[in-house]
Amino acid sequence: MRGGKAPLNVDYQALVLDYARSPDQDAPRPVWHPVIVVGAGPVGLSAAIDLAQQGVPVLLLDDDDRLSTGSRAICFAKRTLEIWDRLGVGQRMVDKGVTWNLGKVFFREEPVYSFNLLPEAGHQRPAFINLQQYYVEGFLLERARELPNLEIRWKNQVTGLEPAPDGVTLTVSTPEGEYRLRCDWLVAADGARSPIRRAMGLESKGRTFRDRFLIADVRMQADFPAERWFWFDPPFHPNQSVLLHMQPDGVWRIDFQLGWDADPVAERQPDRVIPRVQALLGRDTQFELEWVSVYTFSCLRMEKFRHGRVLFAGDAAHGVSPFGARGANSGVQDAENLAWKLRLVLEGKAPASLLDSYDAERVHAADENILNSTRSTDFITPKNEASRAFRDATLELAKDCGFARRLVNSGRLSVPSTYRDSPLNTPDGDAFEGLMQPGAPAVDAPVRVRGESAWFLRQLGQNGFSGLYFSDGGDLHPVRLEALRSLAGGAVPVQPLLVTPQGVRPEETGGIPVLEDPEGLLTRRYDAQPGTFYLLRPDQHVCARWRRFDPGLVRAALARATGNA
Amino acid sequence: MLNTDLNLAAPDDFYEALVELHRDLTPEQSRLVNAKLILLLANHIGDQAVLRQAMAKAREGIIPACQDADLRTLA
Repeated sequence: MRGGKAPLNVDYQALVLDYARSPDQDAPRPVWHPVIVVGAGPVGLSAAIDLAQQGVPVLLLDDDDRLSTGSRAICFAKRTLEIWDRLGVGQRMVDKGVTWNLGKVFFREEPVYSFNLLPEAGHQRPAFINLQQYYVEGFLLERARELPNLEIRWKNQVTGLEPAPDGVTLTVSTPEGEYRLRCDWLVAADGARSPIRRAMGLESKGRTFRDRFLIADVRMQADFPAERWFWFDPPFHPNQSVLLHMQPDGVWRIDFQLGWDADPVAERQPDRVIPRVQALLGRDTQFELEWVSVYTFSCLRMEKFRHGRVLFAGDAAHGVSPFGARGANSGVQDAENLAWKLRLVLEGKAPASLLDSYDAERVHAADENILNSTRSTDFITPKNEASRAFRDATLELAKDCGFARRLVNSGRLSVPSTYRDSPLNTPDGDAFEGLMQPGAPAVDAPVRVRGESAWFLRQLGQNGFSGLYFSDGGDLHPVRLEALRSLAGGAVPVQPLLVTPQGVRPEETGGIPVLEDPEGLLTRRYDAQPGTFYLLRPDQHVCARWRRFDPGLVRAALARATGNA
Repeated sequence: MLNTDLNLAAPDDFYEALVELHRDLTPEQSRLVNAKLILLLANHIGDQAVLRQAMAKAREGIIPACQDADLRTLA
């Protein structure tokens, strides 16, 4: 596979990633790298690709020589796909994944509630795809291998670490013994049990739920639709909940609630699992067990995600229950939030304190995810008789009372956080309506570029800031045009983009890309008027907006968004 | 603002109906009926501040005598 085009059907679970000796292991002194990422899961791979794509040489260490064993995380959200679009793998994920937007909730035998996670048109990406984690890691790995400044070392386990004010020294254990490395910045994406967290004497604190769940991923021919089906107290699994979800390759995720008293070892045995699956599917349905796991979960996080030159991301930094698909998705968002900030710091274009905003923004996001995930868990796993009664009352009322349907909580599925109180935002001085407030992740809309249909988010600067100027399509004053053009020339460049109504464009745009807004959706979603200007960060979050374009205000907002104010 | 003055036109009739509502029910059935009643009334009232005042009033003076078993705090 190395260097060549990936074959069509790779068994990513079986792939053995060879350890190779690095010259660093024979160096007399620890060799220095600007950034070392630890953990080649979805978060570490995304972080490493993002950094490498932005021109930062990255070394990625992983203690294993395999990708994910078992399907594990399967639900990947719209925002994650948009991030992966920027990393060059979004389409591959969508092509292989099962697209879904609809969720249905059943109480006993009856449907009580359904929800559409993407109720409006005009977005390139669906609310969710389902895709086994080994495909996600496999596709990310193949993308990583295309980047010459990204090196991955398998079977390289970090066993010791000395953080210092000017960098981190690592001790790395390999099949051929130990060696040492130095880096300016260490990204710890080494999972829920994070050895780096432990080595630094840090903790991830929170609550664990006294309930057990069984995942049975089965391979079968079935005619269930590509929807998320969730049962409370179904006849085939009384008093507990069950989740059914489609994955690619005819694999289905079935998640059975077992209760705290279930024996985690015995419940994993096929003679226990098969009857549970048959109870759902009927005795005649042919299926094979693909992956079985019994799990408990906790909602927890580290107090801070930045500890000097060590930055924690993904499960290492925070943990949630699986019911909102908020684990891997929020981890990928951590990676994207961190990458551009780290790059600016390494390039000397931002102070190291910019990384404190990674901590502030992603701690806020983790709290939002933990809040949502805890609420879902409290509904699914009632704490006492009263909460059980409210749960059942809600489900019974949901059949004919609209308000109760909205209270049913089988998981509030991952949506990206709006960094409302971020220090990087320039607060609105002008009146705006809608969702695109400073701190919000930019929403997509259809556009036309040089007469071709395209998507807005794909037009944004791939690795830098973007400045979005909404015009009426008339000619721009040469001074304004020059001011827009000059945005691209600063120390931290801003890619200007010109939005016009369909079919109208200024005669001269000075090379600034023009996005036609064919349905007016972009204008509406950004509550724009002619003259409105948005400044978007490299991670596509809004950081400032005005009703008129003033280069001085844009420069000030840019300084603020890069920690230079 | 939660109204704790009399607001019922026929208070005795209401109280009788409330007791009647639970006739012949097991404690478990009663709990479910009460839960539905609270949800229906809460949605009808709709005002989160009033609901929170009512919850606080209902809980006033009640000291928890046990701990929910199915949660524990880590570390």
